[in-house]
Amino acid sequence: MSKSEVHKYRVSTEDLQQIFKALSSKDYQNIGPIQRDGAIMLEKIQSFDQLAAGFHEDLDKGVYRLSQKNDGSLFQYTVGPQSFKKYLYPPRRKLWAATKTGNGFNVEEGDQPPAKMAFWGIRSCEIRAIEILDRIFLRGEFSNKWYEKARQDLFIVAAGCTKPSGNCFCTSTQTGPAPKGGFDLSVVEVIDKKNYFILEIGSEKGQKLVNKIKLQPASPAEIQNADKLLAASEKKMSKRFDPEEAAKILMENPDHIHWNEVAKRCLSCANCTLVCPTCFCSSTEDITEITGDHTERWLRWDSCFNGDFSYIHGGQIRPTTKSRYRQWLTHKMSGWYDQFDSSGCVGCGRCITWCPVGIDLTEELLAMKS
Amino acid sequence: MFTAQNISPELTVEESSSDIWIPSPYVVADKHVENDDLVTFVYEPASEDILDPMQPGQFNMLYAFGIGEIPISVSSLISDHPRITHTIQNVGAVSKACCNMRVGDQIGLRGPFGTPWPVEDAKFKDVIIMAGGVGFAPLRPVVEFIEEYRDDYGEVNFLFGTRDPHSILFHQDVISLQSDPSVNFQITVDHSFSNWRGNVGVVTTLVEKAEFDPENTVAFVCGPEIMMRYGAYSLIDAGVDEENIFISMERNMKCAIGHCGHCQYGPLFVCKDGPVFLYPAIKNYLNIREL
Ligand SMILES: Cc1cc2nc3c(=O)[nH]c(=O)nc-3n(C[C@H](O)[C@H](O)[C@H](O)COP(=O)(O)OP(=O)(O)OC[C@H]3O[C@@H](n4cnc5c(N)ncnc54)[C@H](O)[C@@H]3O)c2cc1C
Ligand code: SF4
Ligand code: SF4
Ligand code: FES
Repeated sequence: MSKSEVHKYRVSTEDLQQIFKALSSKDYQNIGPIQRDGAIMLEKIQSFDQLAAGFHEDLDKGVYRLSQKNDGSLFQYTVGPQSFKKYLYPPRRKLWAATKTGNGFNVEEGDQPPAKMAFWGIRSCEIRAIEILDRIFLRGEFSNKWYEKARQDLFIVAAGCTKPSGNCFCTSTQTGPAPKGGFDLSVVEVIDKKNYFILEIGSEKGQKLVNKIKLQPASPAEIQNADKLLAASEKKMSKRFDPEEAAKILMENPDHIHWNEVAKRCLSCANCTLVCPTCFCSSTEDITEITGDHTERWLRWDSCFNGDFSYIHGGQIRPTTKSRYRQWLTHKMSGWYDQFDSSGCVGCGRCITWCPVGIDLTEELLAMKS
Repeated sequence: MFTAQNISPELTVEESSSDIWIPSPYVVADKHVENDDLVTFVYEPASEDILDPMQPGQFNMLYAFGIGEIPISVSSLISDHPRITHTIQNVGAVSKACCNMRVGDQIGLRGPFGTPWPVEDAKFKDVIIMAGGVGFAPLRPVVEFIEEYRDDYGEVNFLFGTRDPHSILFHQDVISLQSDPSVNFQITVDHSFSNWRGNVGVVTTLVEKAEFDPENTVAFVCGPEIMMRYGAYSLIDAGVDEENIFISMERNMKCAIGHCGHCQYGPLFVCKDGPVFLYPAIKNYLNIREL
């Protein structure tokens, strides 16, 4: 959509409920943030009321705390341990199955892609993460058909971040906090006597969906309120790091002594790779029935921190934590540019929050610089 | 991709929506035991689902029912397409299951994948083929190709190093190469037996027995990583331009299509940027431990 066509609307929580219902009636499975086990989780939801309301977070290195207020807010936290990646690229998926026949076997279909999905409250950094996954799974010589189907049918309702967490650094990676494209609808939540949202339509699909809903154009003052919140949000992020400089430092320092320092703390637990919205490594698994006549091939997430990840006959290529951490960070921040023309980090901070020993990659990069 | 009659009908999908994860059914048409732990197989399609023709240096993913899938290079291109030849060393679960297959047994194949040895570009040049152990297998199609177009190449040297006399693979090839006046074939073993009268030592020591004009020589190197590293050094010492040295790398591979991340080597994916690399593209990584 060209700039002149961008219209912004002032919508209420009730209007969002209408949008939610419109998506359901168009056979979309709504998926959004809910509160479970003390964390913001991303789950399939049947009703708008299930969305996590009134939650605020307090994040630090290795720290995740949620609290609840009675302010009726919907998007005043950032991201939990999960990313929407799990719905486009599931942690486990049956690729295919096979049944024995004499000397051979017949191959049968595996898991089918899900019906149409609508992602609610997805943050700008994560939209950029999905665009990165697109490059990996769709833009090469070979395409991941399952991902392709799920992705084609996707409807995105983005939420601008007005209250970044202590671990966010999307201003540095230039991936947020305001969603810039890649969405069908996007909202910025304004907390007021009566909360409202500034809605932006990002695609024809988005326009079509809201056509039947009566929307009230936002006043210049209301738009300004939302813009001010986003500008303030940028200032709140204190972590600084320069992706291009990081790429260079890492490329030039495979033997830096600092890798030994990180290795002393890192547990090789793989948490950071599992929470990261762009980590894409996977393994295959063969599961055979006890009779030996039926077998299934599964694809499951893997991590470069796992021992057998690099195994080739004779031993592991990366037996040490040092070599694994170096692989992770160097790939994400440096090799990624060669492979996919961008950094692999979108600054969401999840790997910092969920590292049990509180390793902060931005600090490690600073340490290597000096 | 699947048009096979022996596959359930609901899987017949349009060409464009073929799933790259699904293997094509092939059967063992011929089996030849090379030595204690190496077997050469010729496979032929079990259906109309046929893989594209392979080039020297490329590989397929071989699937053994219920066990798993492994990358294996094409080891001969003499059998006419759509037949496919692979030579497999029995080192673990999947390779063992593959080696144990008999004529008529079904295997699943995906491919071909990866970069080829640039045999066409090497025409009108001297050639050094340096192989260590099973590294002979991926280089065998190069030898075949050169022999077929022998007049298009200058001096041709084949330097082969292997563990001991018992581990020599492709016996017939070795015998005919030894008696072929158009190829300078040199063989060495790491450990000799009392009846061995040939060279003893690492394969790099054979470079001095090669005949070539360093200014106009292309080298193809395949074997254990350490052998390839020192192999490249010895070729460069002998004056071969590093821009004319090609090396085939090995890494753990699960997908072969750049999606699983397992084969990463610095910023490279061995499965799609390789396995055959120009030496300068990887020389810095060869020196980094545990990369
Ligand atoms: C591009 C390429 C070409 C190859 N060509 C040949 C060939 O022509 N002939 C041949 O005998 N071997 C070849 N190999 C090596 C062959 O793939 C391994 O020997 C095989 O994967 C071992 O699997 P396994 O299950 O029998 O062994 P296990 O030790 O049980 O291995 C367990 C798993 O580790 C992985 N793995 C182990 N060793 C290797 C390895 N060397 N390379 C990659 N993954 C490994 C596999 O995923 C395997 O399933 C090639 C490897 C690559 C990468
Ligand atoms: S590396 Fe860390 S901060 Fe960057 S995208 Fe992944 S989880 Fe988020
Ligand atoms: S950096 Fe932290 S989260 Fe990542 S593997 Fe090491 S200990 Fe686990
Ligand atoms: S083998 Fe999966 S990325 Fe190369």
